[in-house]
Amino acid sequence: MSPIKTSVSALALLAISATAGAARDQVQVAGSSTVLPYAAIVAEAFGENFDFPTPVVESGGSGAGRKKLCEGVGENTIDIANSSSRIKQSDIDLCAQNGVTEIQEVRIGYDGIVFASDINGAEFAFTPADWHQALAAKVVKDGALIDNPYKNWNEIRADLPAQPILAFIPGTKHGTREVFDEKVLHAGCKADGTLEALKASGDEKADKSCMALRTDGVSVDIDGDYTETLARVDANKNGIGVFGLSFYQNNTDKLRVATMDGVVPSVETIAKGEYPVSRPLYFYVKNAHLDVIPGLQEYIEFFVSDDMAGPDGPLAAYGLVSDPELAKTQEMVANRTPMGPLSN
Amino acid sequence: MTDLTASPANAAAPRPSSLLTLDARTKRRNAAEARFRMMGAIAVAIAVLALVGLLVSILGNGLSSFRQTHVTLEVFLDPAKLDKAGDRDPAKIAKVTTFGYAPLIQAAMQTAIEKAGATTEGVNAKQAAGLISDEAAATLRRFVMAHPERIGETLSFPMLANGRVDGYFKGRVTMESAALDRNISPEQLQLADKLRAAGVIEMKFNWGLFTAPDASDTRPEAAGLGVAILGSAYMMLIVLVLALPIGVAASIYLEEFAPKNRWTDLIEVNISNLAAVPSIVFGILGLAVFINFVGLPQSAPIVGGLVLTLMTLPTIIIATRAALKAVPPSIRDAALGVGASKMQSIMHHVLPLAAPGILTGTIIGLAQALGETAPLLLIGMVAFVREYPGAPPEGFFDPASALPVQVYNWTQRGDPAFIERASGAIIVLLIFLMAMNIIAIILRRRFERRW
Repeated sequence: MSPIKTSVSALALLAISATAGAARDQVQVAGSSTVLPYAAIVAEAFGENFDFPTPVVESGGSGAGRKKLCEGVGENTIDIANSSSRIKQSDIDLCAQNGVTEIQEVRIGYDGIVFASDINGAEFAFTPADWHQALAAKVVKDGALIDNPYKNWNEIRADLPAQPILAFIPGTKHGTREVFDEKVLHAGCKADGTLEALKASGDEKADKSCMALRTDGVSVDIDGDYTETLARVDANKNGIGVFGLSFYQNNTDKLRVATMDGVVPSVETIAKGEYPVSRPLYFYVKNAHLDVIPGLQEYIEFFVSDDMAGPDGPLAAYGLVSDPELAKTQEMVANRTPMGPLSN
Repeated sequence: MTDLTASPANAAAPRPSSLLTLDARTKRRNAAEARFRMMGAIAVAIAVLALVGLLVSILGNGLSSFRQTHVTLEVFLDPAKLDKAGDRDPAKIAKVTTFGYAPLIQAAMQTAIEKAGATTEGVNAKQAAGLISDEAAATLRRFVMAHPERIGETLSFPMLANGRVDGYFKGRVTMESAALDRNISPEQLQLADKLRAAGVIEMKFNWGLFTAPDASDTRPEAAGLGVAILGSAYMMLIVLVLALPIGVAASIYLEEFAPKNRWTDLIEVNISNLAAVPSIVFGILGLAVFINFVGLPQSAPIVGGLVLTLMTLPTIIIATRAALKAVPPSIRDAALGVGASKMQSIMHHVLPLAAPGILTGTIIGLAQALGETAPLLLIGMVAFVREYPGAPPEGFFDPASALPVQVYNWTQRGDPAFIERASGAIIVLLIFLMAMNIIAIILRRRFERRW
């Protein structure tokens, strides 16, 4: 049987059965795996407390989720895209092209990114500059731009432990990597003077070169999730892993967290803006579905309610840093205000 | 040969050959054979070791997930908290969310601690209630919503213990790790020990693992495979109903009726190729055809079933054709010879004789489909689903999960308790797969005929 024949016969069966499919009565969500645990906690509580079915929450990545959101309007498209980075102009264009015009941007809170090593290992107090010097392909040493020579942490700064440099960082497909690149590597590049040296050397893409990593196996990209990073740190006690705050909080018995610029990462320090490596988390709602899918409006209102997303709610207990401007978001959600054009 | 032995050179120096004393060449040959056998034995040993290692690690991690720590509490369903108006109006009772039930559990925990005579140094009321799963409030609320008339009574409720407490009794959490853990303290674990001695906390068989739906990251103790088992069962049903008739009909046509020409050759090559196509490709096809073109719902077993059908068809066709080929031509000839039509000879004689082979192939195809995750990723089945799908046929269109998907999801969660759950789910999946393969073997043994 040829593939064409197979699909034709399957299609014929489908045409009969498709009519039996009833209207969708549950909210469908897709997107970021960082937002997934929070969305699952809200979905579970929503199903318990409301007369609507529990929403279905898919993961698959921020970009994939936004693309799915922009596929069009209708019951076989999703209602909400979770995203750990802001929507891009290309997504908005795609949405507009497919008739998805009004999108609500809902910021649910902030997520911290922490650096942690094995619980029995040495204690680390990092600055972004340390990380740049440890991992960048080219660094400035004694005023000259050279290939990264560092083997041990204490070669970078004498008060760091004498431990071989080994880092497990999120792979490039992760939203976390963007934040790591920007808030750690780029900030460090600026701080240790490499950015200026690169510019002085005539590098037109100095900002990008800043984030180029050394390729001698010292920095390991992890394309899986944090459980894989944890397993790597567990197997190699010298390794330092990059984790989400909530993941670390669930594994405090295995990991020792490092400070950044002298600040211990916690929900409090991130909320105050003291801990530098954090990012906002969002979800995007298709307004055209609001009155079509039962429970959608209730779900998003419940998500940003003080009971869930507030500083004492279950999301904060799991590691989400609650948004100080939550009241504004609640008002926006109640009014169904669609997002304006991207400012930058 | 005779010429050679008869040659004068050989005659002058006859080979010192004897069956009792081995010459160097024979020794070399024997040694080579021994090495060859050894290599085979080593290969088998490596395979067995790998299997044993896999089983030991899965069973070691997962067996404990079949037992679960439960707490039994006497809860006073306080009318002042649950029904302030006092008129037992379900609409008003529904306004009290699960957050409103937490104080009741906290109070019940305090009563239980007093009854057990346990001291609670270093554990406040909130921390004591932290020994109980967040799921308990939902359990209570469900009960009250179903029986509003029982508000005001004191009832005994079995509840799940928190995942960390459960881990402590299973040896996963220790006093040392609890001291470093921000989710549980050693004092809480000491309290748990006392409550266990008093019989408030006990380990029971974990039925919830098989019946409960998935749960969020904050309550691993409540997570179960219920939705996943149903979803997998629905998909297998769809695959069986679609793939078996289509596959068998296609094979019969190709094997018995089709003329041997370039077209049938092309189809044959394509079927073999299709069997080797990576399964994710079928997922892409499913997304494009079934969801975007036909408009079937996302995350539904019907789409999963159709995608897995496409994936299983080549396997079934190849197995069926092999089984049909294995039926000796003499059977066909005899049937035709006594005046049976072609169809009669196939339906009455060839197909029944080929049936064990067809069934074996089908079951192996199904087992392969049961363990498949990749194509489901693209059609939205790799998701957090808590609602059970309805009864078929409408249930085929409701969102559901699948067994391998649940394993994949659980291994990604932050809480270490999910690793135990994931291994438990793997054991369940393996049991299903083994059962299917054993059925296939039994069918083959019982009904296969050799000529």
